[in-house]
Amino acid sequence: MTTALSTQLSPHLKDLENESIHILREVAGQFDKIGLLFSGGKDSCVVFELARRAFAPATVPFELLHVDTGHNFPEVLEFRDRLVAETGARLRVAKVQDWIDRGELAERPDGTRNPLQTVPLVETIAEQGYDAVLGGARRDEERARAKERVFSVRDSFGGWDPRRQRPELWSLYNGEKLPGENIRVFPISNWTEADVWEYIGARGIELPEIYFSHDREVFQRDGMWLTPGEWGGPRKGEALETRRVRYRTVGDMSCTGAVESDASTIDQVLAEIATSTLTERGATRADDRLSESAMEDRKKEGYF
Amino acid sequence: MSAPTLNAPTHNPTATDVIADRETLRLCTAGSVDDGKSTFVGRLLHDTKSVLADQLASVEQTSADRGFDGVDLSLLVDGLRAEREQGITIDVAYRYFATDKRTFILADTPGHVQYTRNTVTGMSTSQVVVLLVDARHGVVEQTVRHLTVAALLGVKTVILAVNKIDLVDYSEDVFRAIEADFTAKAAELGVDDAHVIPISALRGDNVVEPSTNMPWYPGPTVLEILENVTVHRGRAHDLDLRFPIQWVIREHASDYRGYAGRIEAGQVSVGDEVTLDYGRTTTVTGIDSADGPVRQAVAGDSVTLLLADDIDLVRGDLISGPSRPESVRRFHATVVGLTERAVKAGAPVKVRYGTSLVRGRVAAVDRVLDIDGVSDTEAPETFGLNDIAHISVEVAAELPVEDYAARGAVGNFLLIDQSAGTTLAAGLVGHRLR
Repeated sequence: MTTALSTQLSPHLKDLENESIHILREVAGQFDKIGLLFSGGKDSCVVFELARRAFAPATVPFELLHVDTGHNFPEVLEFRDRLVAETGARLRVAKVQDWIDRGELAERPDGTRNPLQTVPLVETIAEQGYDAVLGGARRDEERARAKERVFSVRDSFGGWDPRRQRPELWSLYNGEKLPGENIRVFPISNWTEADVWEYIGARGIELPEIYFSHDREVFQRDGMWLTPGEWGGPRKGEALETRRVRYRTVGDMSCTGAVESDASTIDQVLAEIATSTLTERGATRADDRLSESAMEDRKKEGYF
Repeated sequence: MSAPTLNAPTHNPTATDVIADRETLRLCTAGSVDDGKSTFVGRLLHDTKSVLADQLASVEQTSADRGFDGVDLSLLVDGLRAEREQGITIDVAYRYFATDKRTFILADTPGHVQYTRNTVTGMSTSQVVVLLVDARHGVVEQTVRHLTVAALLGVKTVILAVNKIDLVDYSEDVFRAIEADFTAKAAELGVDDAHVIPISALRGDNVVEPSTNMPWYPGPTVLEILENVTVHRGRAHDLDLRFPIQWVIREHASDYRGYAGRIEAGQVSVGDEVTLDYGRTTTVTGIDSADGPVRQAVAGDSVTLLLADDIDLVRGDLISGPSRPESVRRFHATVVGLTERAVKAGAPVKVRYGTSLVRGRVAAVDRVLDIDGVSDTEAPETFGLNDIAHISVEVAAELPVEDYAARGAVGNFLLIDQSAGTTLAAGLVGHRLR
């Protein structure tokens, strides 16, 4: 499934890897209880790989944290559990379903659970006492994320205030905080989608198979190919058909679309991205299409 | 074009080969309000084909909604709702684009006077700074302020993009006057690699594509300079080894004990003698990198050092080469104020220097510099937001500080509010600029 592009990193990737490892070690040095948000998506796989290299031969000094919407791709959950078993990592899962069952969250009419992740995330951070939470968000993904810091201070509600951000100079990261505050840290802030794929190729990182071309039963909604499931699809009038597809991002099944693709190796994926006319979020994420400022609004509420 | 020589390589580099050699260049853009900086960045992204169809469609839609004539490329880079609504840039935004030669990480900083702190932030990680001026106004106070900050931080390569040259009818005279003015100021401040280019970000002249409107300007476009300028990594390499310990890696099964960190300056090889505090020395017995054991590592590399002697070292300690800076309790520094609240002489602070975080205080505010170089304020009681000041810092524990050099490879620090944890000031060891 994974064919390495080369074993040598380009100077550019080496530069990014050095920077990210430096950030991860700062996190270990500055905080006591650290969670690493792990969804099984390619970005969190890269952060985990970087962490393993940053602390080898010791184990990674972070706990993996997965906010499970209950609408995850089964292939991705299997991958997650296998990786945990193989690496001896600690995994904590916060299930959105538990919050719904307790009546603390209500299902949305459109069936999308991505926006529902925020409350379980913020409450788990408080309950577990994480003082830092690592995530695989990248600045190239979206306009509001382009303004995010590497160390992002959040209040006890998890809220992001773009006007209160700390200036971040040189590579001196300020992790000081008040009681109740926590710091979200984004070690691959400066990576692009292409960088992530090149690195996955060069380092031979394993990914869930849905990132590569496969035949799948899908239906079309709002111009995206969605996978049917208990979350509420297809509706009447939405026809199922088999297409050769792959996923460019991995999220809640209800709002993550597949793209038609024959790319079954990393080289082919890279070639496909190079000629794509759509950004990965534009092509595959319904949640960002809600409004011009959808991501900015979710971040202010405590989303990653 | 000249004929190919006999020994010219016949091998055509493939896409993968090109990527394999690609280097990173970090740059920063700055300008005053209305210099068209967002349009410039939008143009750079657009003409290097870094803007995809859905982003462009979104910008076209918003342009139409606002009643603009044509596409407003500045909308590509204004990320926050307040920015789009008010047509201003509030915060530093990071942009990514690539050509066959290099990949670029661009810090786009706002131009308002009150947001100068963001310019310092953007420039602190930059190898090259691009300043914009409006051809109709030339070099203004804000340009000099930005140039001064570049000089303060030690950025040697500055490109002045003289924008809106179309609005002065592509006049060479206007351009030459601005060029002379800027070149003189750059030389005065010690910015030795200054370039001046006439551009129109709106029309696309000389940003990525060469202009056909200015036959009198045969020089490079902005992108050509960015692609070809020497990446000054050498300066940090040439210094003595500085390796602040970030984290001690221990693995009991194999009895492993390694000191993890990044080489901020200099280089280290297996077998080198290194210096610790109190004049202690030891030998490097191994270097572990992300690729496994290596013989040598240089500035910029994140590695783990293995040492011959069992010495008690922790995060915050410095491993250095033979010319280790003296550890002191008090030092002079130049700071840039980053918060609304004024910092008073005597104020208790935390000081982050390398990987150490120690308590301290601002012992004295010696001088607030006048950016125009006319009248510094001597012995003021405080410094505030955007001020560049000479201060004395006192720390509760000895720190091996040394003068700022190599764009912050050494000698940089932060002053942090002791209670709120906010970053009060960016610091450079030594009295700079005067």
